[in-house]
Amino acid sequence: MTTMQKLLQLPVNAVNIVKTVQSQVQGQEEDKSPVLTPDSGQHSWYNALQPDELRHLRSGGTGGGGGGGGDQEERAPLEEGGGGGSSGGTFQTQPLRHDDLKEMLDSNKDSLKLEAMKRIVAMIARGKNASDLFPAVVKNVACKNIEVKKLVYVYLVRYAEEQQDLALLSISTFQRGLKDPNQLIRASALRVLSSIRVTIIVPIMMLAIKEAASDMSPYVRKTAAHAIPKLYSLDPEQKDQLIEVIEKLLADKTTLVAGSVVMAFEEVCPERIDLIHKNYRKLCNLLIDVEEWGQVVIINMLTRYARTQFLNPNINESLLEEGGGGEKTFYGSDEDEDEDEEEKEKKAEVAAMAKRKPYVMDPDHRLLLRNTKPLLQSRNAAVVMAVAQLYFHLAPKAEVGVIAKALVRLLRSHSEVQYVVLQNVATMTIKRRGMFEPYLKSFYIRSTDPTQIKVLKLEVLTNLANETNISTILREFQTYIKSMDKDFVAATIQAIGRCATNIGEVRDTCLNGLVQLLSNRDELVVAESVVVIKKLLQMQPEKHSDIIKHMAKLTDNIQVPMARASILWLIGEYCEHVPKIAPDVLRKMAKSFTNEEDIVKLQIINLAAKLYLTNSKQTKLLTQYVLNLAKYDQNYDIRDRARFIRQLIVPTEKSGALSKYAKKLFLALKPAPVLESPFKDRDHFQLGSLSHLLNAKAGGYQELPDWPEAAPDPSVRNVEVKESVFTLLERVTTLTSVPEWTKCSSREKRKEKKVEKPFYSDSEGESGPTESADSESDSASGSESGSGSEESGSGSESEESEEGSESEEEEEEEEEKDKKKKKKELKKPVPETESEQSSEEEDRKIKRKSKQRKSDSESESDEDEESESESSQSESEDSESEIEVKKKKKTAEMKPPSKPVKKETKKEKKEMSLLDLDDFEPAPSPQVTPVNTFLSNSLVTDLEGLSLSDSVLSPATIAPSSVLKNYELLHRITGEGLSVEYCFSRQPFSPDANMVAVQMQFTNSATSDTKNLHMEDVKLQSGMRVKEFPEIELLSAGETAMAVMGIDFCDSTQAANFQLCTHTRKFFVSIQPPVGELMRPIFLTENEFKKEQGQLMGMNEITEKLTLDAKCRNEHAIVQRVTTAANLSRVPCGSDKECSPPVPPPDHPVYRFAGRTVTSSSLVLVTVATKEEGAAQLTVNCEKMVIGTMLVKDILLALTQ
Amino acid sequence: MIHSLFLINHSGDIFLEKHWKSVISRSVCDYFFEVKEKAVDPENVPPVLQTPHHYLISIYRGKLFFLSVVQTEVPPLFVIEFLHRVADTFQDYFGECSEGVIKDNLVTVYELLEEMLDNGFPLATESNVLKEMIRPPNILRSVVNTLTGGSNVGDTLPTGQLSNVPWRRAGVKYTNNEAYFDVVEEIDAILDKSGTTVFAEIQGVVEACVRLTGMPDLTLSFMNPRLLDDMSFHPCVRFKRWESERVLSFIPPDGNFTLMTYHVSSQNLVAIPVYVKQNINFFETGSCGRLDITIGPKQNMGKTVEGLMVTIHMPKVVLSANLTATQGNYTYDLTTKVLVWDIGKLNPQKLPNLRGSLSMQAGAPKPEENPSLNIDLKIQQLAISGLKVSRLDMYGEKYKPFKGVKYLTKAGKFQVRT
Repeated sequence: MTTMQKLLQLPVNAVNIVKTVQSQVQGQEEDKSPVLTPDSGQHSWYNALQPDELRHLRSGGTGGGGGGGGDQEERAPLEEGGGGGSSGGTFQTQPLRHDDLKEMLDSNKDSLKLEAMKRIVAMIARGKNASDLFPAVVKNVACKNIEVKKLVYVYLVRYAEEQQDLALLSISTFQRGLKDPNQLIRASALRVLSSIRVTIIVPIMMLAIKEAASDMSPYVRKTAAHAIPKLYSLDPEQKDQLIEVIEKLLADKTTLVAGSVVMAFEEVCPERIDLIHKNYRKLCNLLIDVEEWGQVVIINMLTRYARTQFLNPNINESLLEEGGGGEKTFYGSDEDEDEDEEEKEKKAEVAAMAKRKPYVMDPDHRLLLRNTKPLLQSRNAAVVMAVAQLYFHLAPKAEVGVIAKALVRLLRSHSEVQYVVLQNVATMTIKRRGMFEPYLKSFYIRSTDPTQIKVLKLEVLTNLANETNISTILREFQTYIKSMDKDFVAATIQAIGRCATNIGEVRDTCLNGLVQLLSNRDELVVAESVVVIKKLLQMQPEKHSDIIKHMAKLTDNIQVPMARASILWLIGEYCEHVPKIAPDVLRKMAKSFTNEEDIVKLQIINLAAKLYLTNSKQTKLLTQYVLNLAKYDQNYDIRDRARFIRQLIVPTEKSGALSKYAKKLFLALKPAPVLESPFKDRDHFQLGSLSHLLNAKAGGYQELPDWPEAAPDPSVRNVEVKESVFTLLERVTTLTSVPEWTKCSSREKRKEKKVEKPFYSDSEGESGPTESADSESDSASGSESGSGSEESGSGSESEESEEGSESEEEEEEEEEKDKKKKKKELKKPVPETESEQSSEEEDRKIKRKSKQRKSDSESESDEDEESESESSQSESEDSESEIEVKKKKKTAEMKPPSKPVKKETKKEKKEMSLLDLDDFEPAPSPQVTPVNTFLSNSLVTDLEGLSLSDSVLSPATIAPSSVLKNYELLHRITGEGLSVEYCFSRQPFSPDANMVAVQMQFTNSATSDTKNLHMEDVKLQSGMRVKEFPEIELLSAGETAMAVMGIDFCDSTQAANFQLCTHTRKFFVSIQPPVGELMRPIFLTENEFKKEQGQLMGMNEITEKLTLDAKCRNEHAIVQRVTTAANLSRVPCGSDKECSPPVPPPDHPVYRFAGRTVTSSSLVLVTVATKEEGAAQLTVNCEKMVIGTMLVKDILLALTQ
Repeated sequence: MIHSLFLINHSGDIFLEKHWKSVISRSVCDYFFEVKEKAVDPENVPPVLQTPHHYLISIYRGKLFFLSVVQTEVPPLFVIEFLHRVADTFQDYFGECSEGVIKDNLVTVYELLEEMLDNGFPLATESNVLKEMIRPPNILRSVVNTLTGGSNVGDTLPTGQLSNVPWRRAGVKYTNNEAYFDVVEEIDAILDKSGTTVFAEIQGVVEACVRLTGMPDLTLSFMNPRLLDDMSFHPCVRFKRWESERVLSFIPPDGNFTLMTYHVSSQNLVAIPVYVKQNINFFETGSCGRLDITIGPKQNMGKTVEGLMVTIHMPKVVLSANLTATQGNYTYDLTTKVLVWDIGKLNPQKLPNLRGSLSMQAGAPKPEENPSLNIDLKIQQLAISGLKVSRLDMYGEKYKPFKGVKYLTKAGKFQVRT
């Protein structure tokens, strides 16, 4: 065949020969052959040249091609070569050169083959057609040389679609590859096989995908996931089968597969949200370890999922807004009216329901928010954007703020990234302005920014403008107006206009500024100002007739049609304000009518009509003249308008009833325009999506569903596994578990549960960081979530672990739901006193208590375990996270407690810490009260158990109020008559036992009343919390009021800073606790004391020698001074029954004091051992060394002075 | 997702096309060219365009447009970020990302693109994984290859893709084990006419060059990590460790990479290393103007300011500049109207000054705005935020690596309004 070609040297023949090889089936191919002819020649001419020469020639060729690249057919490149206009002189030699390549491909030398393939691939890269080489290339598919092979694959994938029959020759090679022992070869075979778009091999592909989906290697499974959308696009009828594969791959536990399979899910069956249920928690947990691109896809998908499965976290906040407007000060205040209305509607719908049932964030919802948050730190802008949109669409309002910082960071990136991010920020700023306000300056514009970025930044700045920052923004705008970039200046003027309409205070300033711009030299600036001023004037025209006059004068100079039209409209509309000028303007306009632009002409007609109606004496003739001119205008719009107006205003016999109303028609009061952001309401598109950017639905866009009114059954996300060891099917609480709580089934079952391994244990190695992520973020999220919900973030109940088999559970489900309801009713925020507390609740508590005791750990000293049981004991019917499951396993294996007394004390704080979550509740939660009862109950039992004989130890004497020291918070002078003192009352702070109670005394020594005393703007170190005192409505002159607030200092002496606000003033104040106030007294017997002390030796012990103050050498004085310095209780000495036979008081008595720190309940033990002549030794044992050191100093000071 | 990619040079020629699904005619780029014509400046071409059947998402890097064609909904940042990653990879492989270099390495580029995307979805974007599959060209190898017919495709299979540290290849060996870290900070600032700071912040980046044998586990800690306000990390950094202990713990990729970028917000006072006294005047009559600029050191922590350069985009009406510089030299490009004054090292004893007259087009009105000055500078061995690396520890390997840290402060978007 080659010889023949050489002989004929005709491209047509070359092509035809290829054709014969390809068999006759491809009739359609034949049709195109005339096109092919000159073209294929063109290519071979290139190929014959040496590579470096080639480059130059090619660039010339492509240049031509690019210029004429208008060809529409799929085979565009074919024509292009010819169109490129290269010389025809080379034609004769072409087939020969082409042969060259074929010969090289046919040779035995790999290097020749490689060279040929490289040239061919280079052709493909340049968009040249190389399809006629197909038979020669496809032969090499089994070549041993890897690079040749790879290049052949590249070629195959590109041309197989066009030469289907020949492509089939290669299939067997891939099929062999699919069986290769090396996973990478299997994967690459599948990859190429699935990339060949040949319909005949669909069944083969299907089979290969199915097989690969259960391959040992995760990499091959990943490739299988990639192949799914390929097959789907080739043959959509395979959908059902493919969904099966997707379902199977979704269950995969490796990070490698997760991203790819979700991608396939999104392309093939995004509507099958039900497939996600079982994998939801796993996806959330794997997320951080998935590769970046997969993260984006998963996060976007989960956003949609969450919208269908969870409740709107902001329902309650909208309720609050309605009630007290508490949230309003935060973000709400500046929201658009529309939105408020919308919200009101929503509120109306949900109000009744929601009031009964406070919003509880589904733990799965929380899980998603928690696990995506770290990804805000990703280096990949797409990931950051994906998380940002997730938070925007799903997070409670108070938490959305975290995304702002990350988005602002992206503004440093490439300008394309900035462009997209700014578009999204612009949309966000409309709904949630407060979030970006701190970053206002990051949106300032540099003269070097591209115009499109400038305009977007301007948009954001305008959205962010409010009463407080408007002056800085306007100053900034002023510099922008002078810019050389005129498009940007025009946009700035528009922005000023919008600020002026939105913020009443600056309207006049803006207007004045804009009027000044009217004398600008640049016509575009003037024109834009005119348009904006027109809009502003419409708001209060009567005040500004002089501006209207000024603008009337401008008609002589301004040529920009839009501006001229605006001026004319203004004069017509407010002609009564400028009665003298208006007719004159009309006169001038009538003169130039024929030369005006269409919009100007229309406005001239308008002006004429309005003047005719108001001032017909002066303008009758003018109007008629204008109307006559318009009658013969070229534009039919203008002719129509003229005819219509003539009929309306000029009374004739024929004119109907309408003309009577002409005045009303023309001079009706027109509402001022509302200048809106073009980004308003764009958030109905999922942010970060292409559709959002274009503000139009793109193909394949999945709508972001609205929140459901009632959450679908969350139990669908529970995962079932078969336990091989135990025949029972048990429900595994992987991360978060069912919201039902069931009664304790048999003990046996519980045990099984405990032995069970966590579901993901096998992937632990791989996803190490994920799990640690959980455990660490746990505590953090606890405090975050507090705002959103009453119970979120808290662990599950202990009953959880005792859940029975599945069938049992289902039976009980209904019952449980009832219970839940009951529970919720109980939790209704009706402040209950202890006595009122429902007995049922108490029963339950006690029951739980006893259970808890069983499962409690033995090794109490272990901090960790304490916290574990803390979480597992939590109140909520929600569920727990993975770690907690593990912890439970641990705790459950423990023996029943040996020392109930200690248990109880510990439980105090356990119960309390659970309540931390409630401190954002507006009213003291009823949950609190029962716990308190429980607490005091247990205290009583404790005391009983101790059988104390010493009355000194009764609680009343612990904190003698006489020793309370008062501190000044606000001096009378600085407080302008208001003085505030505070003291640490040493009473337990009832709403939250982890807080130190601070009693504040307000004295109003001014002559006028002080109103609305409250706290604001609390600034705390991390971990600290404050429970504000209730607002004092009125403090009349000369009166005094008391209030109590609670502060959790986190066992540190860092100050709590806040603002004390009255109705007129704000004072910055801070409360810093002495270290002695960070603890609360506990009861210990001497023996216990010694035992505990023995465990707190070494680093935890601090000893100081001292000489006691002369006045302070008797027992009473020492005890009083120590208890004044620190909130501790004295350990009775010698009174303990267990003690050895009572001894007479020694000459040098030893005084012991004990307490625990408020937040972490670390033991604080103080010993004062007296010696001769006032010498003494002070020993402090404390788990927290810092506290110990500080305490030593304080007590030392107290005893020596 | 990504359907096709076209590489387009400055003058509008398509010099490379790659399709991951069926072929899309290059005529689709005509829509892009149309917009590009209108936009005048290539920076002002919107990155996302809508055509009747496709969406075009493009980036502009190194005078090239990377134009991708998308048919269905996809997060635009996803594509943009990917395209930048492609450009980064080219840069990494060939030392620069330009038309010439891509044309020279057409086959390698094509192979890279083939590996980076599968059916339009990113597959292998880690440069370490890619380098295992396709070896970057170097002179020696290309000589050997031409003689022996060898290939630049790796003969080992890329195992990196399979591991859970995809960014590091297995079996790395070096005779000299070294780890270098560059802390580079850029000052972004806007100063107003009077020299007061309108806005200033510091953007920092920790670039690393790690050549260590085996699988080292590194911990990098700072003296004052609290300075950092916001940061983003290379995926290798254990985020949780940072959250809890404020140390960077990671198994490093092999070679050069960006470990983290950070941000020191404007709340902390940002030291501005230089002050600028400027006076630019355009006179109403006589069509000329005066220019007088002096730069002096301000807060530079006792270090010398180097590489000082002032760039001014003059108004269109300025025809020429007749200036004298006491230090360095200046150029005025008549076509782009850009005045560049290259000063070099800042000598605090003798402050550099540039003064003289500007001549303007006769009859043209005086420009309203004075042009703003863009300042470039460098300070070696100083991180202006005060950030300091305290130590680098290595675990998991026995040898003792050579460690080094370098600091550098640069001007980022440093603008003085006049």
